[in-house]
Amino acid sequence: MKPPPFEYFRPETLGDAIAILDRTDNAKVLAGGQSLMAMLNLRYVFPDALVDINNLFDIAGVELDRDRIRIGAMTRQRHIELDDALYRSMPIFREALKLVGHRQTRNRGTIGGSLCHLDPASELATLALLLDARIEAQGPAGARQIPVDEFITGFMMPGIAHNEIVTAVEFTPWSPTHGHAFMEFSRRHGDFAIASAAVLVERDDHGVVTDAAISIGGLGSTPQRHAAGEALLLGSDGSRDAIEAAVEDFGALEMIGDFHGGAEYRQSVARVMLRKALDTALSRAAQKRGRLNA
Amino acid sequence: MHEVALLVNGEARRGSVEGRTTLADFLRHELGLTGTHLGCEHGVCGACTVLVDGASVRACLMLAVQADGAIVETVEGLARPNGDLHPLQDAFRETHGLQCGFCTPGMLMTIVELLRENGAPTEAEIRDAISGNICRCTGYQSIVDAVLKVAAEDRGAP
Repeated sequence: MKPPPFEYFRPETLGDAIAILDRTDNAKVLAGGQSLMAMLNLRYVFPDALVDINNLFDIAGVELDRDRIRIGAMTRQRHIELDDALYRSMPIFREALKLVGHRQTRNRGTIGGSLCHLDPASELATLALLLDARIEAQGPAGARQIPVDEFITGFMMPGIAHNEIVTAVEFTPWSPTHGHAFMEFSRRHGDFAIASAAVLVERDDHGVVTDAAISIGGLGSTPQRHAAGEALLLGSDGSRDAIEAAVEDFGALEMIGDFHGGAEYRQSVARVMLRKALDTALSRAAQKRGRLNA
Repeated sequence: MHEVALLVNGEARRGSVEGRTTLADFLRHELGLTGTHLGCEHGVCGACTVLVDGASVRACLMLAVQADGAIVETVEGLARPNGDLHPLQDAFRETHGLQCGFCTPGMLMTIVELLRENGAPTEAEIRDAISGNICRCTGYQSIVDAVLKVAAEDRGAP
């Protein structure tokens, strides 16, 4: 179908964009458009106005410091996927981005747009939660940073006001010896995942897990941290038994079924993805630690 | 209405569009470039893939007004003005990469972007690149063969 009529604005500055949002009822921000345009074409949404932020070039780009990764909200997904410095620091970004849609959608789609759309299976939201990202938003009252667990307020509900725009996402990189994995299952490559598992781990010279983060996408109404699994891994030897314990203990996770897959099926898929992701991340961490000591 | 001026296949084009007009509809209805096909109109099928400033995009997921000032390439721009086919189009013909032809313009534009980035893609890279282009005839194998053929010719193989 075709989009319903709307008023179209393309401000040249962030201030103008916020001012338009502030004074306009029922306006939506148009970032990369890879979800919003589809929803407009299907007439799932009827905004009175679109505020196109594609000319806000200041809020695009990847900045990498030793202790901070800052990605502008309008950075295209394909740009993040191909950024070599980011890949060397945190290879999980490329691994996750390769699973986001297809090259044509990644050429337009942005990190800020993905986070604000907040699909439960969104790889970027799952990754942001895994990395305890801080989401920077700007509104009439100025800029603020929102911890990702406060930003994710519910099913496709980002924690920002109607007159705020997400401008950047900040992450803290892990040590050079961390292990990573992002695994998901979808019926066709590029579809929304039935379930996904993202894992980061650190191990010491004896193989003991000294840090662990696990994020599960697709299973519930939002991406979720698997805190019980993290606790079980921490201090363990990272063996098969430790992996199985973390995979088994899904009690605290929300599970929702839909016509793509029932709750039990999603849980079963999430467990398989988590088992594979833990296995891969733990062996990558061991390898990196081994190379460091070689 | 919004005035737009853009370069389409090397030609300066202008138009007056509603905010809600997609780039795909503008190309087809205003400029008469019906080579860009529309299948699903929600970004899944890939038939409407065109290049905007060199990057492959879904023309159904972009507004025409957003292409103001852009360089747009569509399937009509692939063949030479004298009618000689683009090497990729030739390879599609040679390997039977077309069946009904509906997905072909999107496939071609996606692969043009791939080959500009990487003149010698592997079969896996080709399959990954066209994963966002659906062929209802399921003729993927001969499409992959066409790309491998062009890549091999590029390297001077027979």
